[in-house]
Amino acid sequence: MGDALRLYFRYLGLSLRGQMQYRASFWMLTLGQMLITGIEFLGIWALFDRFGSLRGWSLPEVALLYGIVNCAFALAEGVGRGFDIFPEMVKSGDFDRLLLRPRSTALQVAGLEMQLMRIGRLVQGLAVLLWAASALHALWTPARVALLLFAICGGACLFYGLFILQATLSFWTIETLEIMNTVTYGGTETAQYPMTIYRPWFRLFFTFVVPLACMNYLPANAILGRSPLPGLPLFVPWVAPAVGIIFLALTLQIWRLGVRHYRSTGN
Amino acid sequence: MSAYMAILSARFRMLLQYRAAAFAGFATQLFWGLIRVMIFEAFYRSTTQPQPMQFSQVVTYVWLSQALLGMIPWNVDSEVRGMIRTGTVVYELARPLDLYALWYTRAIAQRSAPTVLRAIPMFIVAGLLLGMQPPPSPASAAAWVVATVGALLLSAALTTLMTLSLLWTISGEGIVRLMAALVTIFSGLVLPLPLFPNWAQPVLNFLPFRGIIDAPLRVYMGHIPPAQIGAVLAHQIGWTLALALLERALLARGTRRLVVQGG
Repeated sequence: MGDALRLYFRYLGLSLRGQMQYRASFWMLTLGQMLITGIEFLGIWALFDRFGSLRGWSLPEVALLYGIVNCAFALAEGVGRGFDIFPEMVKSGDFDRLLLRPRSTALQVAGLEMQLMRIGRLVQGLAVLLWAASALHALWTPARVALLLFAICGGACLFYGLFILQATLSFWTIETLEIMNTVTYGGTETAQYPMTIYRPWFRLFFTFVVPLACMNYLPANAILGRSPLPGLPLFVPWVAPAVGIIFLALTLQIWRLGVRHYRSTGN
Repeated sequence: MSAYMAILSARFRMLLQYRAAAFAGFATQLFWGLIRVMIFEAFYRSTTQPQPMQFSQVVTYVWLSQALLGMIPWNVDSEVRGMIRTGTVVYELARPLDLYALWYTRAIAQRSAPTVLRAIPMFIVAGLLLGMQPPPSPASAAAWVVATVGALLLSAALTTLMTLSLLWTISGEGIVRLMAALVTIFSGLVLPLPLFPNWAQPVLNFLPFRGIIDAPLRVYMGHIPPAQIGAVLAHQIGWTLALALLERALLARGTRRLVVQGG
């Protein structure tokens, strides 16, 4: 395990060194990424400017949700890029080479590339998070800070799992992969607002099928000192982000299933 | 002229081939639109103040913008990008055609063919099931068709501008992304422009981006009365011509200092 991790970081180091060869391009991409994701927050701000509040939630409270989910997504997107470009490997047959190496395929795909420019979204998410933290009159006890970090990690695991799932789909088809955008990008968009504003079926989907609510809405409620749902035991929001880690473990199992199913395009 | 028509129709047919991908894209947009509608609904329920746009109009706005998503200039022509990168752009320069008109024509095809494929099912599904309203009068519908043509011409001009930026920086993704960010927010895709603060309205009205989504959509739903179609069209065509002049100058400079990779 330790050996595998060392190899993984070695892979990432190589990828980083490669990207830093094009410094100007890196800075432009990062800045672009920061602006394009920052503009989403501008949209939220404009809506609050016009409507005042969102079903009892203020702008700083929604900013907390926004910050958590965007940091989580940026982390997953940055390190999960290998799974993102994986369908191309299936199409070209390059995946065969990975199968020949004496290492797990998931490890090798994970180490393919780390996208440093995603730091743009991360910085932007952190900035919104810090602003929310100072604008909120919440009590920042160590336990709440820990829960915040736990929520971001859990969320990152969940999104990473979704990227793996998307890559796994490409063992069967690569034409309809865009559908996964509904839960990755769509999930990010959804989780920027409190879950209670959505219709029941939609809420259930993002709680039990793709458990985004556990990464974001539930812990945010605990941090804000709100009660998320009547009748829900108080400890639940504090452990909910663990669901993301379980989700990731599950998707890795599905990935194995996919690898077993794989037939090369043969070239 | 017939040469450009042939290019237009060939590109059009090529881009109509990807049907499974189009279906996946359609489902994704449907989901996305549902999220947006629910968010706006929650905001409208949080206030009793009169708003510059009714909620039912916002619903139509969301679905219509999803239907016409393909018209938004947020990426470049990937084939031209490839040509600039590999150096085969010299063949484009050697053709007995006006290069600007050629790339502009390609941009029109790129902005219209995928849109047709996605817009028709969206009109049917959103119109029948999801609360998208038809135009209030035949005059509004006719004015909308005119405004959509104007939007297409403007969008193709902005697409060409992004493509041309690649002549300067090989990995010009940075500029393209910045442009895409501006287009996304200032065209009305994130939220209808009338919902922005009142002090921002003059700026939003001046910028070219509203001509792509916001103006035609509001013409469709009668939020901009059909009598004002002249002003909408003048804004769209004015910007298209201004961009065309700028782009011709850029292209002339770009080709003069063009270094072909590999040769």
